[in-house]
Amino acid sequence: MQRPFSLSVLLLTALLAWGTVGTAWAKLTIEITGGVEGAQPIAVVPFGNVDGARPNVDIADVIAADLARSGKFKPMPRREMLMTPHREADVDMREWQLLAMNSLVVGEVMPRATGGYDIRYVLMDVFTGKKLLADTVTSTSKGLRNAAHRIADAIYADLTGEPGVFATRIAYVTSSGHKSRVALRVADADGFNAQTIVDSAEPIMSPAWSPDGRRLAYVSFEGRQSAIYVQDLASGRRERVASYQGINGSPAFSPDGRRLAMTLSKDGNPDIYVLDLSTRQLTRLTDHYAIDTEPAWAPSGDHLVFTSDRGGKPQIYRVAASGGPAQRVTFQGDYNAAASYAPSGNALVMVTREGGRFRVVMTDPQGGARRYVSNGSLDESPSFAPNGNMIIYATQNNGRGVLAATPLSSGASHRLSRDAGEVREPAWSPLLQ
Amino acid sequence: MLVRGKTASASALRLDRVLTAQEPNVNRCLFPVAALSLTAVVVTGCATSPPPPPPQPAPPSAAELDALTPSVQEEIVLERPAPEPIQPLSPLDDPNSPLYNKVVYFDYDTAEIRPEGADLLRTHAGYIYRTPGARVTLEGHTDERGTRGYNLALGDRRADAVQRFLVAEGVPAEKLSRLSYGEERPAEPGSSERAWSRNRRVELVY
Repeated sequence: MQRPFSLSVLLLTALLAWGTVGTAWAKLTIEITGGVEGAQPIAVVPFGNVDGARPNVDIADVIAADLARSGKFKPMPRREMLMTPHREADVDMREWQLLAMNSLVVGEVMPRATGGYDIRYVLMDVFTGKKLLADTVTSTSKGLRNAAHRIADAIYADLTGEPGVFATRIAYVTSSGHKSRVALRVADADGFNAQTIVDSAEPIMSPAWSPDGRRLAYVSFEGRQSAIYVQDLASGRRERVASYQGINGSPAFSPDGRRLAMTLSKDGNPDIYVLDLSTRQLTRLTDHYAIDTEPAWAPSGDHLVFTSDRGGKPQIYRVAASGGPAQRVTFQGDYNAAASYAPSGNALVMVTREGGRFRVVMTDPQGGARRYVSNGSLDESPSFAPNGNMIIYATQNNGRGVLAATPLSSGASHRLSRDAGEVREPAWSPLLQ
Repeated sequence: MLVRGKTASASALRLDRVLTAQEPNVNRCLFPVAALSLTAVVVTGCATSPPPPPPQPAPPSAAELDALTPSVQEEIVLERPAPEPIQPLSPLDDPNSPLYNKVVYFDYDTAEIRPEGADLLRTHAGYIYRTPGARVTLEGHTDERGTRGYNLALGDRRADAVQRFLVAEGVPAEKLSRLSYGEERPAEPGSSERAWSRNRRVELVY
């Protein structure tokens, strides 16, 4: 029964099942439902197609949608554009000044002799007329969306001074109904290119990214037995790293990627353990008769926060990565759980209960000042975008599980994302190379 | 945890945790005493040896067995295929047996076993104890409220409470295993009080 470290590496057949579920879960769509007050006006002019280029992706449209989703930009609707230049030399900047734009993006797509495309683009400041950014991005014809996301990342970084997260990915769990098949999926941050990572008749839970974005840890109940797996996304190979009696839950990679924190109850009560992924040494971090679960690493790697009901109700505690006594972090309210750190380490996001409602709330690392992030009643599984500027979480919409993201900078309304079935447990990838 | 004492359940829960962690045998002895002092639930006394199993459920009546046997006339008229050999109906599958019910329910955010759950578990304890080869997985579940990670732990705690109860009733621990599904496998979908109450449960899976 107890085979904690199965050395058999399984090659998944999950991707083969894609065809059977593909129609039900065609795309994770993300829509903007709120205004974006205080957002910068920017015009992303439709890119020109040069030398017979026929890209199957509207590059400018992808860029504009990315920028809008960040909450920091308000792209100009195309129908309001009076001119559509593709090159810097063709731009009449007075026109864009009259249209009250701050920034302007023009570009064009050219086929490459060896296949694929070159995408040349320029970012300009409308007030000064100055060229802020000019680059040429090479893409395969299948990789055009990703190329557009990388251009959007570069524009975002230039204008805000922070890294963009448009070329990142989001892992999440779907189910198409009551007791039906469950799938762990990964989509681009804009909801496109959703792929099934593993598919099962039994529950799948708690996806967690490795810091290099190449592996996912998750909990699966296949074979009516809970186990933690670590799966390589490129090859589909995976390894079972914990399958003890009791629960095997809440995996979390350390910032250096070498260790995996998890919740096990093999010794009686749910406690926090850390598994060294190379030596396979398992260290018990907490030892308490109460529930200890949902570990999350501080970005520094020197401590973790976790949920414990050792005080009678679930609250957030912290413990050194080497173990030792736990310190209570949250005191406000009688239910605080599932905390995780902002990438900077200067904020925590978690789930709190107030008046019977479960909402996402942000707090400082000492559990002091609070700021509500979500406004539902069964909101959960919050995590930060890797640039810290947005929080994604699971919420309910007409009784159905959907994903929502809230940009922290603009005060914009939430955005909902939805698949055909239930969607839950989003986990935002790190910045990807 | 053994029984839900209205006034002293919290301390009983704590006592159980501490005692069980340190000295399971003492726990088995003390627990019914503590339970007696808290509530009027009948217990079987201190167990230096396993407690006597509860009375056997009544075997199926002749009328019930007859009802299971197709009549010759029916067979001819309907030209049905020959009936398969009659297997003796397991009490686990007999709707008239108390063992047919294999689910105990819980209040919100607690792993305390209710009195009616304790009664059912005693019935199962006797059956598991005297049935060679009986193996039971205790599947713990929660309602959808709260975080998934915490609910996974809460489901485990409920399964653990049932496991300890059965062991205290004399069931060898090796016949039992526990598996928490947290909130992932609701018995009834939806966000109503009714659905929630049906989803906070431990299922005995033989």
